[in-house]
Amino acid sequence: MTAMGWWRKVKLLFGRERFAGDLDEEMAFHREQMAKELEADGMTPEQARVATMRRFGNATRMREQSHEVVGFRAETVAQDMRFAVRQLRKNPGFAVTAILMLALGIGASTAIFGFVDAAMLSPLPYAQPSRLVDVAESAKAFPRSNLSRADFEDWQRMNKTLSSLDAYTGQGYLLRVGSVSEPIIAGRVSDGFFHTLGVQPVLGRDFRPGEDKPGAAKVAMLAYGTWMTRFGGRREVIGETVGLSGDPYTIVGVLPQNFVFQPQATAELWTPLGDKNGCESRRSCHNMFAVGRLRDGVTVAMALADMRQIAAQLAIQYPGSNQDQGASVQPLSELIVGQVRPILLTLLAGAGLLLAIASVNVASLLLVRSESRRREIAVRGALGATPVRLVRQFVTEGLLLAGAGCWAGILSAAGMMGVLKALMPKLMQQGAPFVRNVGVNAHTVLFAGGVTVLAAVMMAVTPVLRLALTDVHGALSDGGRGAASRFWRRMGANLVVVELMIAVVLLAGAGFLAKSLYRLLHVDVGFDPSHVATVQVMAPDTFYPKPENWVELYPAIRSRVLSLPGVEAVGITSDLPVQCNCDTDWIRIAGKPFHGEHNEVLERDVNPEYMPAVLKARLIAGRMFTDADDMKHPQVTVINETMAKKYFPGEDPLGKMIGNGNLDATSMRQVVGVIADVRENALDDQPWPAEYFSIYHGPDNYFALAVRTAGDEKALLPELVKAVRGINPNLGVNGEITMVDQIDGSPTAMIHRFSTWLVGGFAAMALVLSVVGLYGVVAYSVSQRTREIGVRMALGAQRSAVHRLILREAGLLAGIGIAAGLGCAVGAGALMKSLLFGVRAWDASTLAGVAAVLGGFALLASFIPARRAARVNPVEALRAE
Amino acid sequence: MASKPELMPGTLDMLILRTLKRAPLHGYGIAQSIKRESDDVLTVEEGSLYPALQRLLLQGWVKAEWKTTETNRRARFYTLTAAGKKQLGFELTKFELMVEAIGRVLRDAEEAG
Repeated sequence: MTAMGWWRKVKLLFGRERFAGDLDEEMAFHREQMAKELEADGMTPEQARVATMRRFGNATRMREQSHEVVGFRAETVAQDMRFAVRQLRKNPGFAVTAILMLALGIGASTAIFGFVDAAMLSPLPYAQPSRLVDVAESAKAFPRSNLSRADFEDWQRMNKTLSSLDAYTGQGYLLRVGSVSEPIIAGRVSDGFFHTLGVQPVLGRDFRPGEDKPGAAKVAMLAYGTWMTRFGGRREVIGETVGLSGDPYTIVGVLPQNFVFQPQATAELWTPLGDKNGCESRRSCHNMFAVGRLRDGVTVAMALADMRQIAAQLAIQYPGSNQDQGASVQPLSELIVGQVRPILLTLLAGAGLLLAIASVNVASLLLVRSESRRREIAVRGALGATPVRLVRQFVTEGLLLAGAGCWAGILSAAGMMGVLKALMPKLMQQGAPFVRNVGVNAHTVLFAGGVTVLAAVMMAVTPVLRLALTDVHGALSDGGRGAASRFWRRMGANLVVVELMIAVVLLAGAGFLAKSLYRLLHVDVGFDPSHVATVQVMAPDTFYPKPENWVELYPAIRSRVLSLPGVEAVGITSDLPVQCNCDTDWIRIAGKPFHGEHNEVLERDVNPEYMPAVLKARLIAGRMFTDADDMKHPQVTVINETMAKKYFPGEDPLGKMIGNGNLDATSMRQVVGVIADVRENALDDQPWPAEYFSIYHGPDNYFALAVRTAGDEKALLPELVKAVRGINPNLGVNGEITMVDQIDGSPTAMIHRFSTWLVGGFAAMALVLSVVGLYGVVAYSVSQRTREIGVRMALGAQRSAVHRLILREAGLLAGIGIAAGLGCAVGAGALMKSLLFGVRAWDASTLAGVAAVLGGFALLASFIPARRAARVNPVEALRAE
Repeated sequence: MASKPELMPGTLDMLILRTLKRAPLHGYGIAQSIKRESDDVLTVEEGSLYPALQRLLLQGWVKAEWKTTETNRRARFYTLTAAGKKQLGFELTKFELMVEAIGRVLRDAEEAG
């Protein structure tokens, strides 16, 4: 159109009234003239008027055509919108249901996407996070294992691919708070650690180069939270000293509020590596990891090759400690997000399926409505509405619904993200620093928008497809009755089958996860966790400087705790069970061939009471420890069944000697007992070989108490803390928890529980939606077939036969849906294998359970309409039409 | 009833412009004029006349103003504009080319038959 033409249109837009008046008057004049002429030809005025009317045609239609010429397309769009809003308001039940369903689907999927987005797209709150790599050594049993300090220093010096490499390790300190000491967790890092991450302190300064050398001045940087809670957020804190395990440390800086380093997420403060502890003075003792920044143009693979080469060089140089020690380099994001990725993807898939069910439900609703609007459509078509115009009307309605659903969805997504964040176990949150970035942002809104467009297309297309197959005449003549609804029945039925299928997949997924969780929590841990209270104790060097002091402390604590009411036994151990594959020892069996391989076993130091009386572990052969197994007697060891099988296959391990790699005389110990496996590592791990020592032989100033009581172990916890502090207020006491809670709260169990609850929630919603969908289809089918049922009954069909007829129809739909769904569920189960524990994708009982639950609900959903069908009064049914 | 030939699509605008070239007319007059000139062969349906007139107005090929007729009735008279005249010439050329072409095709067909 020319610019002039467009401008005239605009002018006309404002002179719309006048335009309509002009046109009316013009056409009236035309009719008058025509009538006059006819009268002149000899007609009566009345005849002339009728003839004119007939000739002239539909004045309204003509006016519309003229309006269309001068009108804008947007005007008709606005008209469509107004009409759509009117339509939806006329039927608020439909609109509200549809919008709620969409909000649920869009909300759930957007909320989960928010987590996925935060985890995978922006996981690390550091400068240029994609250039950061996790650097570690690798050993046979551990593809990623700790670096030793000596190795780290060599790697740092010799590598050519990293612009910087810095180490970190956890460190427990006793923080002096008033008159008591409180154990806290801190991070110990090399001097350039924060610089490598690209993190600047908000207050004070970063560690200076050289501050991590042994003998350097003791300094510390505070985490923001620590600064706030323990130091009141005072700015003068810089330069003050703080007592850590009896040594004064000068506070030099405060880290930013958003700083978190996932591997040391619980660190309250950070100190430079500084003095070497016992482990760090040996090259064979591994206790740290490192993070590096890639040089420009260097890939992770190149860095890995570089580190491997250095490791090989060191292995030649120091065969005693470095043989078989390789290198591991991976993107830092992989370390932090790798664990949660399968969960997030599973959840996203679950949310997507839920969205699919919700959209299918809304589409069925639209179908039913378009069915009941067949007559309206036919009438509008007969009055001259073009198919395009009618289709546009439906598309507008679909878009309007989807738009409203999108808004409601984003709102509910914001709510759900908040709830999820709150529900997320604290430990999991600490392990997932990206969680704080989860929220409504450009990404999530864009995602919701994309999902909405998909949903809108589906909702617009469904009735349009329906419309395309309608012939106007048929629809007008039979008034939307009886057989003409076959299309809807078929289409609606197909949709319900899809819905049921998806519901089966979600239910089965939830079932698999729930069963995994059950299996996990019912892993045979090899001990009795009930009625056991535990607490961590740390004896500060200033009061207990030597192993002799620690050995004296153990019986003191034991007798003090034993005097508490109800306490039956007091165990002392270096590590509580169900923890990790940590605190390992490399062994060599005397008299067996040895080629320097790393025979890695778990090492636990325990007091005599711990295993028989507290854990109630089962002795298989030999004996447990006694009070006589102390430093005055030769060292002995008790091993677990896995170790006996692995290192003494077909032999009696009792009396055999075990030593370190060199079989040094001081390291030799005799096997005196074999116990059934006590689960020391994570619940979903394989049992590992483990050796136990008497704690009087290998004492430590950091240990755990496990106390068996006849009474309530929860009630015992505060008493226990008080009793230990009563011995010496300088003892660090923390982490009091019952054994059962400790196992239930282990990271493995929590991750499983979290995903089980979420997927379970999705499955419950899917169940409700799909059953409602099935109910809708069957009920609608019954209402459409009332007349047919009436005829059947009039012809002598029994009520029971009608009942069966409807139930058979519903049963067939449910049967197909469930059967197809079971097939998909096996596939889905295979895909989420990494999340499952002790459950296979073709787990028959889960699948059967799902089929039974869904079948039962489907039966219930079809029973009500079937009953209604059987109650049809044939006389009324036939007369009603 | 012997059916009258329908107006060829696209020709109505041209006919209106041609009619208005002679003298300004109102809608009814245009319809009558076309009917008369074609010896009652061509009938312009009112349903297409008025939308067509609006279209021509928008294109700027005709102007409209309210005047009184000889019988002292108010009527909307359409006048051809300069642009309309140009458009008419353009349409006529196009039409003649087409008629000629159709004619040639028909003649060839007759000769061949």
